[in-house]
Amino acid sequence: MDETTVADMANGDGSRIKWKFLDRIVSRQGPFADPDNPIGEQALQMLSSVKVLVIGAGGLGCEILKNLALSGFTDIHVIDMDTIDVSNLNRQFLFRQADVGKHKAEVAARFVESRVRGVKITPYCGKIQDKDEDYYMQFAFVVCGLDSIEARRWINATLVGMVDEENPDSLKPLIDGGTEGFKGQSKVILPTMTSCIECQLDLHAPRAAVPLCTLATIPRQPQHCIEWAHIIAWDEERKDITLDNDDPEHITWLYQKALKRAEDFDIPGVTYSMTQGVVKNIIPAIASTNAIIAASCCNEAFKFATGSNPSLAYPPPDANNYMTYSGDDSIYTYTFTHEKKDDCPVCGNLAKTMEIDPSWTLQEFVESFAERPEAQLKKPSIRSEAKTLYMQSIASLEEQTRPNLAKKLSELVSDGEEIAVSDPALQISFKYKLVFKS
Amino acid sequence: MATTPPPLQGPTSKEKKYDRQLRLWGANGQAALEEAHILLINSGSGVVGIETLKNLVLPGAGNFTILDSAIVEEADLGVNFFLASDSLGKSRAEQCCELLKELNPDVDGHFSSEPIETFITKPDALDPYTLILATAPISPEILEIIIAHATETLTPLFYIHSVGFYSHFSVHLPHAFPVVDTHPDPVTISDLRLLNPWPALTQLVQEKTAHLEAMSDDDHGHVPYVLLLLHFLEKWKSAHDDKAPQNYKEKSEFREMVRAGTRTSNPEGGEENSEEAVAAVLKNLNPPELSSNVKEVFNSAECVGASPDSQNFWIIASAISSFHKNNKVLPLPGSVPDMKAKSNDYIALQNVYKTKAREDFAEVLSIVRDIEAALERTNPIDEKEVEAFCKGAAHIKLVRGKGMHIAKPGETIEWLDRAKFAFGSLTNPDSLIHIYIAFLAYDSFGAAHPADGLNGAALAPGTTDFEADTEKMVGMAQQIIDDIIKEAGKTMEDPEYTEVKEQSQKVVTELVRAGGGELHNISAFTGGTVAQEVIKVITKQYVPVDNCCMWDGVSSTISVLRL
Ligand SMILES: [Zn+2]
Repeated sequence: MDETTVADMANGDGSRIKWKFLDRIVSRQGPFADPDNPIGEQALQMLSSVKVLVIGAGGLGCEILKNLALSGFTDIHVIDMDTIDVSNLNRQFLFRQADVGKHKAEVAARFVESRVRGVKITPYCGKIQDKDEDYYMQFAFVVCGLDSIEARRWINATLVGMVDEENPDSLKPLIDGGTEGFKGQSKVILPTMTSCIECQLDLHAPRAAVPLCTLATIPRQPQHCIEWAHIIAWDEERKDITLDNDDPEHITWLYQKALKRAEDFDIPGVTYSMTQGVVKNIIPAIASTNAIIAASCCNEAFKFATGSNPSLAYPPPDANNYMTYSGDDSIYTYTFTHEKKDDCPVCGNLAKTMEIDPSWTLQEFVESFAERPEAQLKKPSIRSEAKTLYMQSIASLEEQTRPNLAKKLSELVSDGEEIAVSDPALQISFKYKLVFKS
Repeated sequence: MATTPPPLQGPTSKEKKYDRQLRLWGANGQAALEEAHILLINSGSGVVGIETLKNLVLPGAGNFTILDSAIVEEADLGVNFFLASDSLGKSRAEQCCELLKELNPDVDGHFSSEPIETFITKPDALDPYTLILATAPISPEILEIIIAHATETLTPLFYIHSVGFYSHFSVHLPHAFPVVDTHPDPVTISDLRLLNPWPALTQLVQEKTAHLEAMSDDDHGHVPYVLLLLHFLEKWKSAHDDKAPQNYKEKSEFREMVRAGTRTSNPEGGEENSEEAVAAVLKNLNPPELSSNVKEVFNSAECVGASPDSQNFWIIASAISSFHKNNKVLPLPGSVPDMKAKSNDYIALQNVYKTKAREDFAEVLSIVRDIEAALERTNPIDEKEVEAFCKGAAHIKLVRGKGMHIAKPGETIEWLDRAKFAFGSLTNPDSLIHIYIAFLAYDSFGAAHPADGLNGAALAPGTTDFEADTEKMVGMAQQIIDDIIKEAGKTMEDPEYTEVKEQSQKVVTELVRAGGGELHNISAFTGGTVAQEVIKVITKQYVPVDNCCMWDGVSSTISVLRL
């Protein structure tokens, strides 16, 4: 396809005049592009025919929807369960004061549709878990701008599980972005072929929780006083009221409790804003970092759909697939290949070896999964090769297996035995080979 | 149950809206942002400038003005989000201004459709603005006027390109741009001064560790690790000529001494505070040394020879330099990391550090007042400013603003003291200097090929003839490379030379491929990075880019070079 044909096409129906810049670049062979990739009309055809799914219509999601619409994609779906809060307005630019309380996906979709002619955006206001494989199968790829690690892990496991070697269409690339303050990262995942979200989990280790005894007896920091009010005082004094993080009366109560405790211990620094931050686990978020990471994700989507340049993760498995961005001290990116893990519970098939102290109780062992960087499970259930050791998700089984919690691991498993660990928040199970520390 | 009355200091509606950013740059940063007036001189398809403004209007930068004489065309609608179908045929400056203003009612937006050529001839035309963004293409003569204004009035200036898969921006800062509030990594900020304890700290150590052996398991396991380390340091010193561990070997020995103090006869079979102490040995036993940034500040002419009209920064820096000469340490920041400890012990320790920090601050403040008196300055510096400087002294940063290159047809680019660095970058695979060179060639090409359109706008290479323009541009980039080699006083042999030329040719071809057109994603990305840097410069927080930033959307990498 040469340039004149594209020009004719543009002038012919008139509607492509606005894509002048995009069409020009796509219709010319680039020096870094794969020479086998089609250029011109065929590449543009790809753009306007594929269906794209965007997960999240928040800080990253608003940017992603705008960017995809202005990258020439015309059939975009978006999922988000949240409604608009006033604290979203400093960066989620598709929302106005009058939209507070409405569904993000709906408002964002209508706004971008009205601004960019010719794009169709289909919102779904609900959870990604409401949808099944048939639903996800209709998309060419998924762009994910979420702040919830659980949701990321869920969609990742779903897309990996959908891959059918007989059917190349079943492989849905996942383009994922995340930000925190001036830092962020974007990556492209080719399920089963390159490192997945679960392989990368230990790059985002959870902050170690403050031990309960510190909160209960020896607080030192203002945050300890707030956590005490949050975890201990509320349950003691307001057991019958469900704590609502968005209710100012509830936050005010916690703040005043924390302040009183801090005064008792001579600890300075408790503020209302800090109380909110600790209780809601607020991560700083700014428009500029969201713009950067979302644009990076959509640039990968555009390269992937048009073949106009190599996107991250191509060609697998050795290509760079992960970019980290840091903007607080000058600007740095580090773009590298994150290797797929053979013992990944989602995309690998080997059990991970874990050294354990056989004198641990099962209770201690169960609790350790919340802080294990590669697992991060809050409600784990555990099976050995022979039997169920502990099952939390079903009440009757929990009762049945509860006595095991007090037993030592050496009484329950043998050295070298494999166990499976699962959690109701995820549809995967982790395989571990337990090796006793001598 | 009675409802809780709202606290007096509950958040205002503005604090609610800006909550997520106030947690980064605080009320001071926000106030600075709200006082700013940013001018965007918009050229070309102009998306990168508008995307930058979007990211500044949202966090509440007080005022912006768009200068753009273009009329909205169909092609704008495919790349610019802040235009609607009914914008066609209207002033682009006006339309973008209106749609940007919708984002934040707290921000004042203005526009002018006057061509830059006449706008710039008016005296004082640029005076109202506290920061200037200029997007390429701009004629070299006009860029020169803008740079001269920026230099003379100390106004920060950003010059921005976004073409196809590449972008670049250069930052022109005042000759001295000091940052006190650099927001260093929290892990690096505590200065525990273990090698130079002062009497109050030594006394606390004696008080809390005199009877270690006799302590109950519970008490022993809660002695703050800082006190444990100081306790064992005393022991070590008494056996080593009163000297702290000097080298890695001695530090390792000392670490084993600390480890041996762990009580293991308790039910846990170990102690967390002891583990913390062991882990802290190597990090905290280094003699206090000034970072190269701090040395640069202390040695700079402005610090050594502060004058009556010096910026406050230099007066305080000069005072802290004297403090350092007297005490061989920087003022104590006063923060103590969290550690395993009982509440009252930790608070006592914290108070000893805070009291010392206040004493150090008082000493610095009195030196500041002496300098002010000697210089006969009439406006005393706010104590808070001195206090903030004392807290952040170890991590201050001085950026030396420098001029930027202006590419003119037929003229050689001068690299001056950066020639050798530029030469080294040519063969560095991680450096994106070839994108920078391609943009220099791009500007030079534009200046030599004025289009017939309005605005004196330049014709971008590749607008119509991809191959012929590529060939011209490759030759121009090649010339720039040869000039760098020559100015650096070096030679480059094959195969290196051929590899450098091939790399440059590819990058230039990729650039010409776009024919001067913007891709929305690349402009959105660049609009994010430029806005971030503008925020750092306006708030004087965090460390800004020094001074050129290139983004390669093909390989998804950024490179920041001082050129
Ligand atoms: Zn995996």
